Amino acid sequence: MSDPIVLAEGLHKRFGATRALRGLDLAVPAGTVCGVLGPNGAGKTTAVRVLATLTGPDAGRARVAGFDVVRDADRVRARIGLAGQHAAVDGRLTGRENLRMFGRLHHLTRRAARARADELLERFGLAAAADRLAGGYSGGMRRRLDLVASLILRPDVLFLDEPTTGLDPRGRTGIWDAVRALAADGTTVLLTTQYLEEADRLADQIAVVDHGRVIATGSPDALKARIGDHLDVVVADPAQAAATAAALATLPGARPAVEAGPGRFSVPVAAGAVRLAEAVRALDRAGVDAADVALRRPTLDEVFLSLTGRPAENTAPDAAPAAAR
Amino acid sequence: MSAAAVPGRLARLRWTFSDGAALVGRELGHLRHRPGELVGALVFPAVMVVLFGYVFGSAISVPGGGDYREFLMPGLFSMVTLTSLMAVTQKVAADAEKGVMDRFRAMPMARSAVPFGHTGADLVGGSLGLVVMVGAGLLVGWAPHRGAVRAAEAFALLLVLRYALSWLGCYLGLVARSEEVADRLGPLVLPLSMLSNAYVPTAGMPGWLRTVAEWSPVSALTASNRVLFGNPGVPAGDAPWPLAHPSLAVLGWSAALLAVFVPLTARAYRRRGR
Repeated sequence: MSDPIVLAEGLHKRFGATRALRGLDLAVPAGTVCGVLGPNGAGKTTAVRVLATLTGPDAGRARVAGFDVVRDADRVRARIGLAGQHAAVDGRLTGRENLRMFGRLHHLTRRAARARADELLERFGLAAAADRLAGGYSGGMRRRLDLVASLILRPDVLFLDEPTTGLDPRGRTGIWDAVRALAADGTTVLLTTQYLEEADRLADQIAVVDHGRVIATGSPDALKARIGDHLDVVVADPAQAAATAAALATLPGARPAVEAGPGRFSVPVAAGAVRLAEAVRALDRAGVDAADVALRRPTLDEVFLSLTGRPAENTAPDAAPAAAR
Repeated sequence: MSAAAVPGRLARLRWTFSDGAALVGRELGHLRHRPGELVGALVFPAVMVVLFGYVFGSAISVPGGGDYREFLMPGLFSMVTLTSLMAVTQKVAADAEKGVMDRFRAMPMARSAVPFGHTGADLVGGSLGLVVMVGAGLLVGWAPHRGAVRAAEAFALLLVLRYALSWLGCYLGLVARSEEVADRLGPLVLPLSMLSNAYVPTAGMPGWLRTVAEWSPVSALTASNRVLFGNPGVPAGDAPWPLAHPSLAVLGWSAALLAVFVPLTARAYRRRGR
């Protein structure tokens, strides 16, 4: 199948005065992981809600697993899993009871629902906590249970809306491992995230969303090559600012250094073009006493700055869920 | 085209029942894990019996004579029936707020299963509560006097109206969308139950208030119970229509509530997020 398993064309959605989606296009090939990257209020959640049949688009169309999300919503629902920003599990039931209930609601027989619950709990490391109330789980475990609850029917497409937002590093790793395991089984995963690192680690393709539109797509490597790395330099003596800027300008592929604070510089450089050792040597040659030199991936803000020419606006609270509720 | 995922009418109906049953099972699961909640829910009506029976009972005289606690019990049955709708509102609002409702909506479930599950679960819990109240009533001297069949009719009317009211509760929960709003609505129900013949005779109320009280579904329910249990306080022959024909009035109220709030609830559920 060469057709994309998730296909959105020109999606528009408005909530009152907020235009959450303004012509969003997206195509996800089957069996891949697509990371939808963007700041709060970019329209990520609304896009997922439309694709998961929770809300209808005002204009445009979308097909998931071969069916139109509006006309054939039930067929789409039978083929997708959704884990939203809330851990949408019942805190007053145990993990096992939650999964059995969702299994029954997926019209599994009692016996099949029990077996599937046990299998999933085992596989995703929740067996030890299976008989405790989900309300007492840690944030990471609760999200993992939520994710597992969306896997009961072995969905063709799994939608994960900011699956790790608000989790500690351990919880995040747990979710990442689960997503990797699913991708390895061939499940198509569409996940939204505010973290470039997360998209980088998990996704085959990244779609950068801003103001309800996809403004860039590509593999993580391609996007990073386009955006470049960042070289951060802290000098001991702020008086050496000019010498530092001059030394950094000699590096291959470096753009002009931005002085982020007294003695703190940040230089966008082409990805893979500069080695840390070269930077240290260039500074040394110029007689600059560098307190810290670090080469790092761009932050989401820098990706936005690079792609849109302006900083990401994180001011808008995520308009979609607030308006949708 | 896969035929498996497109259920026919019959399969849909079966889904509605099996999904509803799964959600009733969920409520029973809650009760199993929080027995304290169950005890609280069951003790509350018993406390009301003692409180109203002996505190109000010491001051109120029943028109036409008779024991106040015999007069009171049908009123308390009605009061519990009415207040139960807020519990449904809170549960539905909590599901909506926590995203559980969205999960249900993204699943190939029967659309109507969620409200059926919530209202069905409430009926199960309500029946349990009624058993406790009957026990408490018997202890304080109340009794049905007109035989098992009429008593069964009275209990059936209580459950019918309760079920109809739980659809109103379900709708309010979908509209409230947050537990906080649902909590604020809660205290409004008690005055509604007071504005009736449940605790005191309506005869002494000022004219307009009396009319409102006489047409309240709580009054009709209370009156139907008094008639069927043979308890004091049965409305006189010249009472307005709903009190002169209380059982019919209860059925009418129930039918009207269901006719309005079943479709409204289904629509609100379908349209959530639009």
